[in-house]
Amino acid sequence: MSIPLLSTLIFFPVLGGLSLLAVPRQQTGTIRLMALLISLIELVLCLPVALLFDKTTYLMQFQEHHSWIKALNINYALGIDGISILFLLLTGLIIVLSILVSWESITTKVQEFFVALLLLEGMMMGVFCATDFFLFYIFWEAMLIPMFLIIGVWGGPNRIYATVKFFLYTLVGSLLMLVGIILLYLKGGQTFDILKLAGQAYPFKLQLLLFWAFFAAFAVKVPMWPVHTWLPDAHTEAPAAGSVILAGVLIKMGAYGFLRFSLPILPDATRQMLLPLLILSVIAIVYGAIICLAQTDLKRLVAYSSVSHMGFVTLGMFALNQHGLEGGILQMINHGVVTGALFLAIGMIYERTHTREIAAYGGLATTMPVFAGFFLLFTLAAVGLPGTNGFIGEFLILLGSFERLPWAAAVAATGLILGAWYMLWLYQRIFFNGVKETMQGLTELNLREILTLAPMVLLIFWIGLYPNASLSFLHVSVSHLVDQVHGLGLAGPVIPVQP
Amino acid sequence: MIPSVTVNWAAVEPILPELLLVGIGVLLIGLDLFAPRQRQVLPWLTVVGCLAALAMIVGSHSSTAFGGMFLADGFAVFFKSLCLAGVILTTLMSEHFRRIITMQQGEYYSLLVFSAVGMLMMASAGDLMVLYLGLELMALPVYALVGLHKKEKRTGEAAIKYFLMGGFASALLLFGMSLLYGLTGTTDIARIGELINTLHLTDNPALLAALALLLAGFCFKVAVAPFHLWTPDVYEGAPTVVTAFMSVGPKAAGFAIFGRVLFFGLPQLHDHWGPVLAVLALLTMAVGNITALCQHSLKRMLAYSAIAHAGYGLLGLLAGTAEGMAATMSYLGIYLFMNMGAFAILMLLATPDQPHESLEDCKGLAARSPLAAALMLIFLFSLTGIPPTAGFVGKFYLLKAALSAGYPLTVIGAVLFSAISAYFYLRVVRLMYMTEPQESQALTFSPGMVAVLGICLLGVIGLGVFPGSLLDWATGALSVM
Repeated sequence: MSIPLLSTLIFFPVLGGLSLLAVPRQQTGTIRLMALLISLIELVLCLPVALLFDKTTYLMQFQEHHSWIKALNINYALGIDGISILFLLLTGLIIVLSILVSWESITTKVQEFFVALLLLEGMMMGVFCATDFFLFYIFWEAMLIPMFLIIGVWGGPNRIYATVKFFLYTLVGSLLMLVGIILLYLKGGQTFDILKLAGQAYPFKLQLLLFWAFFAAFAVKVPMWPVHTWLPDAHTEAPAAGSVILAGVLIKMGAYGFLRFSLPILPDATRQMLLPLLILSVIAIVYGAIICLAQTDLKRLVAYSSVSHMGFVTLGMFALNQHGLEGGILQMINHGVVTGALFLAIGMIYERTHTREIAAYGGLATTMPVFAGFFLLFTLAAVGLPGTNGFIGEFLILLGSFERLPWAAAVAATGLILGAWYMLWLYQRIFFNGVKETMQGLTELNLREILTLAPMVLLIFWIGLYPNASLSFLHVSVSHLVDQVHGLGLAGPVIPVQP
Repeated sequence: MIPSVTVNWAAVEPILPELLLVGIGVLLIGLDLFAPRQRQVLPWLTVVGCLAALAMIVGSHSSTAFGGMFLADGFAVFFKSLCLAGVILTTLMSEHFRRIITMQQGEYYSLLVFSAVGMLMMASAGDLMVLYLGLELMALPVYALVGLHKKEKRTGEAAIKYFLMGGFASALLLFGMSLLYGLTGTTDIARIGELINTLHLTDNPALLAALALLLAGFCFKVAVAPFHLWTPDVYEGAPTVVTAFMSVGPKAAGFAIFGRVLFFGLPQLHDHWGPVLAVLALLTMAVGNITALCQHSLKRMLAYSAIAHAGYGLLGLLAGTAEGMAATMSYLGIYLFMNMGAFAILMLLATPDQPHESLEDCKGLAARSPLAAALMLIFLFSLTGIPPTAGFVGKFYLLKAALSAGYPLTVIGAVLFSAISAYFYLRVVRLMYMTEPQESQALTFSPGMVAVLGICLLGVIGLGVFPGSLLDWATGALSVM
């Protein structure tokens, strides 16, 4: 038997994080360095998973299976397919960058911060690897503890309100899902194995009940309109690393939950609920974008743009066809990269100016030209300029949703226009106009910061110019998912599998 | 001529652990009286005695004594182990706590041990008389323990209140028992169950009245709403170490007699007591969790949290299934660790001149003592029921049992209330980690305290990550029957 790669991915950062506790608290330099090293090794550990991954099958790969609670048939079961693998890679990268961006900005309780960050990484890896619903729930909920602390201890002035709101919103949703999970277990043959749960035909009423129970957890996490209100607060108050993780990985888990559980296990209910879900997605797109136009706070603006972008993701997903789903998943990665990059950049500038008020900025293109260049790239990617990754994802989503519901795609497309409006306007207010007095004498990005942003630039162009590198992971798994949700092609237009 | 009395030791064997503890209790008083300088050995003697009794209990095989009045079966072994673990942890904490409050040590430890004997008898009761005997033997020493800190006015009030309320509950219980005896002509619990069937008493109004009285009495003992009103004041007034003990030991013993009478004795009446307990459980969770939201005292907050957890504990019992009973038993085991841990941290905060029981006293604990804050964090998240702690697993078992027994609304209520509970548990975390400390004084850890915290941490994390063993034990304890 080969090395249990997925378990290593989950427990290496956990053990690494705990090992930081052995370092004396005062040696913050050592702690930072160790944390960076651990996260880098973790990223390298992701590589064999990506390289050995077989793109020609939708079956779970790198499976691990051990009995955990025998009496209840609960297993420690791991496995990944085309849908989850990209998230693993993204998580690995995002954590490295989060550690880099926290290098100087985190000055208090340094040890605890990096321990929390690495524990969080392990839990996030677990969420994407678990193929046992119980195990999934464990990781899903355990994530809350470090995230609660990261926002609450190292966040901005209103951090306590924000973190409690975040915690309670997600907890209520998750607990309702827990009831759903137990119900599914009781009705689905006393198993938590999601592969076995998916193959069964449940009565429609039960499906509907379970769908809403799962919806409570996943919609809050995405977040879908109207349960999105925790996100702007959490994003705004979280430290830079927290915002990056939230935008980069955490909110993707809601959408991932839909893909992994709701769609394959409850296909009839999903198809039945399509219209309301698409409408909620469209509302999120347009509403989020309009709210962005009214923001005066830099981080809050990007947070609301996340609501809008995640609306695109759910729109694509609930188109329930190959284009829409692939676009949705790719757009999640894109959003993780672009919004993650924007929060990294905002974190860097906040360290210098200590203000998030857009009005306080002006003329930064003169004082920090390199930074302005980076930010311009990220802005254009967020807007979805052809050649950047944002374009590919949004194009596929609109294509997919047009096949499903043309008017929804049409309305959603206005979100793109609004998106260009608020992002370019933001860029203008911060980087152009006259140089404000308070903005004079800002130091340009240092090497560490450039190295933090550079991978994001590479990813933006790599996905933008050669999307097949990422899409090729998806094709087979997504077409299998499409078959599953349409009852093996009984209803709805099934797009033939691309080679 | 004196008739020669032959003692049949084989018949007495099942109660040897209890006899041992009685001996230890007497020895403690004797040592306290005649060797006052050696008082520092008292806690260790208590611990060793309880460990020996625990070993005897765990090593024993299923048997009965006194014609079925005393049952030493798997069910009893499980609850006895819980109660003794509670006593041992309490004793270890007392060794720390007596530095803060001067208590009469001899009396304290012997009362604790006698109370333990009562709890063991409750767990083994196969007969209503033994049940009542055990209950009173458990309760009387606790009344005294609550009032042991004589200089404090609150404790006097708490002791009187507890005594009166407890007496009232016992009276209700006795009334219920006498009705049962009147209907069936026996006090043997198993026999009562059989006779109810053969005499077709299931819908007899007198039987239902008896059931209602029994339920009320039991609910008093485990602090289930609306019979919980004594709990906050008594828990707050009692010395913290006694509060910790009460919230774990007597509660577990209370659930033992609950299970013995309802689950084993009167399963045919489940249609009657199941829904009632479902309503009471919801009410208890509501009262406990919502009232805890607006407390300023950490100790009082933990008191309300103890009420809420009694409500969760009922979830398994009310299912009326072996699965449910096993879930309740596992939950009590898990609750022992997390609640004792939280109380241990509360005790660490106390100083001789100031009890430091308010929420404000947690401020900035993470800066004063990162270790204590981290431990408290884990215990509180476990009480909230967040994985990977044991609290989550315990709650999961309960929810699953209640859902499969057909109580979906109770389950949904339970999860919503546990979301509410997150708010007040998190408030403590917030104060510890997200505010500046008011004092800079570091905390002192005594060896006993270190042991308690270590055991509780091990329990909370160990049972969270490897939860199977406890459930298997509880299930096995039931299947032996």
